[in-house]
Amino acid sequence: MFKLRIEDLDRIAEENKKTMSLRHGAGRVKITVHMGTCGIAAGARNIMAEVMRCVGESGASDIIVTTSGCAGLCSREPMMTVEVTDQAPVKYIDLDKKKTKRIFDEHVMKGNIVEEYALAMGGERTL
Amino acid sequence: MSETPSKNEQKPPVGDVSSSSRMQLMLCGGTACVSSGSVKVKAALERELAKHDLTDEVDVVVTGCNGFCAKGPVMVVQPDGIFYQELKEKDIPHLVEEHMLKGRPVEKLMYSPPDKKTAVPTMSEIGFFKKQRLVALRNRGLLDPESIDEYIARDGYKALAKVLSEMTPEEVIDEMIASGLRGRGGGGFPTGIKWKTCRMAAGEPKYVVCNADEGDPGAYMDRSIVEADPHVVLEGMAIAAYAVGSSKGYVYIRHEYPLALKRLQKAMEDAREYGLLGKNIFGKGFDFDISIHFGAGAFVCGESTALMASMEGHVGEPRAKYIHTVDHGLWDRPTNLNNVETYANVPVIILRGTKWFTSIGTGDVSKSPWGGSKGTKVFSLVGKVNNTGLVEVPMGITLREIIFDIGGGIPNGKKFKAVQTGGPSGGVLPESLLDIPVDFDQLTKVGSMMGSGGMIVMDEDDCMVDIARYYIDFLAGESCGKCVPCREGLRQINKMLTDISNGEAEEGVLELLEETAHTVAETSLCALGGSAPNPVLSTLRYFRDEYEAHVREKRCPAGLCKNLVTYSIDPVNCNGCTLCAIKCPQHAITGERKKVHTIDTSLCIKCGICRDVCKQDAVIVK
Repeated sequence: MFKLRIEDLDRIAEENKKTMSLRHGAGRVKITVHMGTCGIAAGARNIMAEVMRCVGESGASDIIVTTSGCAGLCSREPMMTVEVTDQAPVKYIDLDKKKTKRIFDEHVMKGNIVEEYALAMGGERTL
Repeated sequence: MSETPSKNEQKPPVGDVSSSSRMQLMLCGGTACVSSGSVKVKAALERELAKHDLTDEVDVVVTGCNGFCAKGPVMVVQPDGIFYQELKEKDIPHLVEEHMLKGRPVEKLMYSPPDKKTAVPTMSEIGFFKKQRLVALRNRGLLDPESIDEYIARDGYKALAKVLSEMTPEEVIDEMIASGLRGRGGGGFPTGIKWKTCRMAAGEPKYVVCNADEGDPGAYMDRSIVEADPHVVLEGMAIAAYAVGSSKGYVYIRHEYPLALKRLQKAMEDAREYGLLGKNIFGKGFDFDISIHFGAGAFVCGESTALMASMEGHVGEPRAKYIHTVDHGLWDRPTNLNNVETYANVPVIILRGTKWFTSIGTGDVSKSPWGGSKGTKVFSLVGKVNNTGLVEVPMGITLREIIFDIGGGIPNGKKFKAVQTGGPSGGVLPESLLDIPVDFDQLTKVGSMMGSGGMIVMDEDDCMVDIARYYIDFLAGESCGKCVPCREGLRQINKMLTDISNGEAEEGVLELLEETAHTVAETSLCALGGSAPNPVLSTLRYFRDEYEAHVREKRCPAGLCKNLVTYSIDPVNCNGCTLCAIKCPQHAITGERKKVHTIDTSLCIKCGICRDVCKQDAVIVK
C-alpha cells in the first residue's frame, strides 16, 4: 500500500521550511550543533547539553535547537551554527562549554556575533 | 551603472549566452533560492520582459547555488555585475522597467553589507570552503539527518517521484550514461553502463547493493554522507532499482560505523512509514525495500565479489572477475553494486539534468562516459595538513589547490613532501605532480588512482620507505590469502621493505622489489592484490634516491628509520636546560645544569622525546 502521493512531497516540504528556514517564521534563532562522528568524538554531546541547559535557563521559547552532520572541517570540531532571523548563519569552531555559554549569551540572546570564536558567516556553495 | 541600452552596440556582453542579447539575469536556482521563491521570480521576470518587448535582448539564466542562500532569491545582472537580493514577485515589474528598460539599477533591492562592520569573513572568503563545490554533500550541515521531513524540504525524494512518474527505466539509464557519472568507490566504471548491463542481464530477481564498506585507513567520505544525509542513499538506490528492474536492495555497511548505522536504520523506518520504501511506492506500481548487512570490517570485502560472498554467509574471498557481478552477483543473480557517494549523486543528476552535471569536471563525455570525469569528488583530506576534513571539489582541480588552498598547507612550517591518493593501494605523488588535474584518468596515468577518495599529505619528516612499508604491512594483513601472488608476494615485499628500513638490505634489492611488485600487480586475483604494489612502485618511481640512501649508505634521509639513525646533542646549541635529561625514559642523557649534555647511544631507544622537548633545536638525528 502506498502512503505518500507525489503531491504530498511539496506539502511536507512547505511545512518543514518553517522550522528549517527562519525566513518562514516560527523561531527567532536556530542553533545547529554538528554531530557527525568527528564532532561527537571532539565533544559535541557536551556542547549540545550546554546549549539545552542555556535554552532551559533562559526560558526562551523562540529558539530552535537542532543537530546536523559533519560540516566538513573536522579538525575544528566541535562546531555549531547560529542563525538569527534575517542574518547570515555564523559557524563557530573549536567549542567548549564556556565558549558555548558565551555565544549563547552574546549572539543568541543579544544578537552580537562573538567574533573570536567564529569561523565564518554565510553558506557554502552547493550544486 | 549600465549605460542606456543601445541596439547598435556591437560588442557582445560578458557571459554571453545568445549572441543577440545584451544583458543576462543570472537568477539563482539553488535549492535554497527555489524554496524562497526564485521560480515565481523567474516567471515574473519573463512576463515583464515580454511586456516591454525585451525578451530578445535580455536573457534569464537560472544558475546553480551562488552560496549566499541567506539572502535568496538572489540575482546577478551581467555585464553590470549588480547583485540583487531577496527578490519578490511584486518587485519585478519595477525592477524590469527601471533597470532592464531604462538602465537604472534599483538600489533598494541591491545587496548592502550589514551596517555594523564585522570581522567575521563570509564562507566564500575562507579558503577551506571557497574552492569546494557540494553535490554529494549538498545537505551537509543543513538538515537534521534523522528527519525525513527535512530531507523532503531539501527536494528529497523528488527525483524518485520524477523517475517513477515521467521516465522509463531506459530513459533513466540513458540519462546516467549521458551524465558521465563514474563509480566513486574507486573503480571509476561508468554507472549508467553498469545499470544497463544489469538491466539486460538474464535472471530474476535482481538486486541493488550499496557498498558502504569503507576500509581505507583515514578515509571516511561514505560514513560522513550516511551520517549527514542517509535518505539520499536510499533515494539513489531506489532510482537504481527502478532502472535495473530490481525490488530488493542491500546496504553492506561495516560494524565500526555505529552512528551511520543508527541513522540509516532510522531513515529506513521513516521511509517505510511514508511508503517511500515498500510496495507500490507513490502509487506507481514500483516495489522496493532495503535490508542492511553488517560487514565485519575486512578490507577485502570492499571488493565486489568478496562483498557478495560475505553477504551470502561465506568467507569474504573474491573470485575471478571474468564473470561479472552484474550477470552473476549476489546468490548468482544479476546485481548492481555502487558505493555510497555514487548513489548520493544520482538524485541530483535526475533533478538537475545531464547538462548541468557535465558542466562540472573534465573531458568530454558526449560520445562515451569514459571520455572524462564529470561532477565532483569527495576527499577526506588528512595527514600533515592544517585543515583536515572532508572536502568536495569539482573534478579537474589540482592537488595543489586541494592541499594548499583548501587544506591550508603544511603545519609547523614544514615542507611538503608527498601526497597519497586513493587509499592504501593508491600511489604516492611528489611535489612535481601537484599541478596535475585530479580526475580518474590523470591519477592513473601518474601511477596512483582516484580510489574512494582518501588523501594523505606527508611532510619532510616522513620517510617514503617507511610509508610504503606501512601500507604493505596493512595490505598483507588484509589479504584474504586465496591467491598466491597476493598472499606470498605481499609478505615478501613487506620483508624486503623491513630489511631496507633496518639497513639490512643488500645491493639489488630494489630491482627484486620492483619485479615482485609487478608480478603481484599482474597476477593477483582481485583488485586488492592488483593495486597493492602501488605504494611501493610509486615511491620507487618518485623517491628512488631515498631507497638508495637506505640500501647503499644505510642512511634514512628523513631521520625516521630507527636502525639507521643515531641521536646526539649539538654542543653549540645546547644550553644545558636539563629538560631532555628529565624527560628521557631511558635515562640515557647526562649532563650538568647549564653545561652541554650528551646521549649514551647504547641506552638510547630513539624515541625522539628529547628532540620534541628541546627548545634549542640541539638534538641532532642523523
